[in-house]
Amino acid sequence: MSTDTTATVPTEAPAAEAPPAPPAKVVFDVQDLDVYYGAFRAVRDVSLQVHQHEITAFIGPSGCGKSTVLRCFDRMNDLIEGARVEGRILYHGVDLYDPRVDPVEVRKRIGMVFQKPNPFPKSIYDNIAFGPRLAGMKDDLDDRVEKALRQAALWDEVKDRLKKSAMGLSGGQQQRLCIARAIAVQPEVVLMDEPCSALDPIATARIEDLMQEIKSEYTILIVTHNMQQAARVSDRTAFFTTEVNPESDTRTGLLVEYDSTDKIFSAPSDERTENYVTGRFG
Amino acid sequence: MTDLSFDREAERLLLEATTSRSRRVKDRLASVWMVGSVVVAVVPLAIVVAYVVAKGASALSVDWFTKDLPAVTRKAGGGMGPAIVGTLLITAGAALMAIPLGVLGAVYLHEYGGRGRLAGLIRFMADVMTGVPSIVMGLFIYTVFTLRFGLMGFGGSLALACLMLPIIIRSTEEMLRLVPDELRQGSYALGNRQWRTVVTVVLPAAFGGIVSGVMLAIARAAGETAPLVFVIGAAARSLNTDLFSGNMTALSVQIFSNAQTPFAAAQTRAWGAALTLIAIVFLFTILARVVSARVARRHNA
Ligand SMILES: Nc1ncnc2c1ncn2[C@@H]1O[C@H](COP(=O)(O)OP(=O)(O)O)[C@@H](O)[C@H]1O
Ligand SMILES: [Mg+2]
Repeated sequence: MSTDTTATVPTEAPAAEAPPAPPAKVVFDVQDLDVYYGAFRAVRDVSLQVHQHEITAFIGPSGCGKSTVLRCFDRMNDLIEGARVEGRILYHGVDLYDPRVDPVEVRKRIGMVFQKPNPFPKSIYDNIAFGPRLAGMKDDLDDRVEKALRQAALWDEVKDRLKKSAMGLSGGQQQRLCIARAIAVQPEVVLMDEPCSALDPIATARIEDLMQEIKSEYTILIVTHNMQQAARVSDRTAFFTTEVNPESDTRTGLLVEYDSTDKIFSAPSDERTENYVTGRFG
Repeated sequence: MTDLSFDREAERLLLEATTSRSRRVKDRLASVWMVGSVVVAVVPLAIVVAYVVAKGASALSVDWFTKDLPAVTRKAGGGMGPAIVGTLLITAGAALMAIPLGVLGAVYLHEYGGRGRLAGLIRFMADVMTGVPSIVMGLFIYTVFTLRFGLMGFGGSLALACLMLPIIIRSTEEMLRLVPDELRQGSYALGNRQWRTVVTVVLPAAFGGIVSGVMLAIARAAGETAPLVFVIGAAARSLNTDLFSGNMTALSVQIFSNAQTPFAAAQTRAWGAALTLIAIVFLFTILARVVSARVARRHNA
């Protein structure tokens, strides 16, 4: 039967087979994306769809272009001299790289968390309030700050020291602060580039928990070099790898396989994926 | 068994390393050398200050700060009021011009201009300007400004601003360089534009260092004599609070002219002016420290 419709399945439906889950809304539709740094093609032929309220993980060996692709989603690559893209990233049908699109507006809707925690040398409160102030959300600022900190599971630890500098927090707390800072403007999407790579296992577990907590409100893309992390947290996984360009001795990243996380880790359809997730890649 | 002997060996080596005679001697020597250097650096400074206080303190009184300069320098009496006000006004005028220009210039160089031709030229000019003797700067202002508009305090402000500008540009640029790029990235990622990132993230993060550089420039300018002597009408004896007309005098010029005379009263006056100048610079430095510490505490504590 056709499942194009998202209408609720009537209760009288045959109970034998469970009704298929309604297809999640597509937030990003990436079509044949290539990214260049100058003349160097860093990534080629990336096509995938990112679905709303899901966690999508990018995995693959280092240098395969995970960060490069991730930065395309909020046009942070524009800040790198010589970086350019070919192909399209449709965000709700709008091409992010359309000349009429202002990258600053893109970044207001799509938040980003970096590999290394980068709180501003300001108070905890001012860090969280930074985005809302920028967006002109002046009223209920206290409530916004509290909500963001609660969502980032940091509120209880910092509620008595909001006016203190964020630099005094531990690494894990700083990273949760950065997540709180990103979600304080309630962006639709949060991009995370190896957000736990500088953290210990306990801090990592807290961030993974908080991702599960907030995914009902946000769409999350996470780059991770940690396969177990991808397997634990994500709904879909994209596996990238590199190939050597025979003529120039450079490496170009490419998307090998994109599927549900279960499928990628239990029954990948590409041999390279299987080798990687079983630890036999070469 | 082998493990145990290995541990013993390691222990022996470690103990030997930490207790070895030559190491201790080297450590001691290095300490002595460092303490010695500090003493050598601090002692002359302390002597200068003590000497100036000893020689100049007797000149200070209420009159010193309120009265005009005496008509006859040979005799005691009169005050230093016009010179104190002159130094404060001329230096403030210079700071008002040099600080915004210098900070903006550094922001342009580091945040916008980058490796461009113009940026390279500006950097080069700033370096050259740092090396220009202050009297040449005075001569320059004399030719392009004073000959046209006449003697006034503002000419001195211009000359001092020219001296301060390169110091502020280069020190501010160094401070901006210390601001990690991750902070800028974090700001851009929140949808902050570049100019606003500079204003809301980069400059606040570099504030303490910028203030230090600015203070250094102000302290250097406040004591300058050469660029002032022929552009401000330094022979003035009465109070003039208008930077833009009339002769004005300054503490540094008064030190110079009074110290040159053979009269004891004038020489005491020179010491008094020197003490006042040092005190002013000292006060402003402390003030700047307090302000930047307070800002730093708000941001980084
Ligand atoms: N700013 C840059 N300028 C030039 N080349 C870059 C830049 N950033 C990344 N690259 C190159 O692009 C490729 C992909 O890098 P990256 O996206 O960081 O990989 P990953 O995040 O998967 O480790 C690498 O070959 C890297 O050297
Ligand atoms: Mg990366």
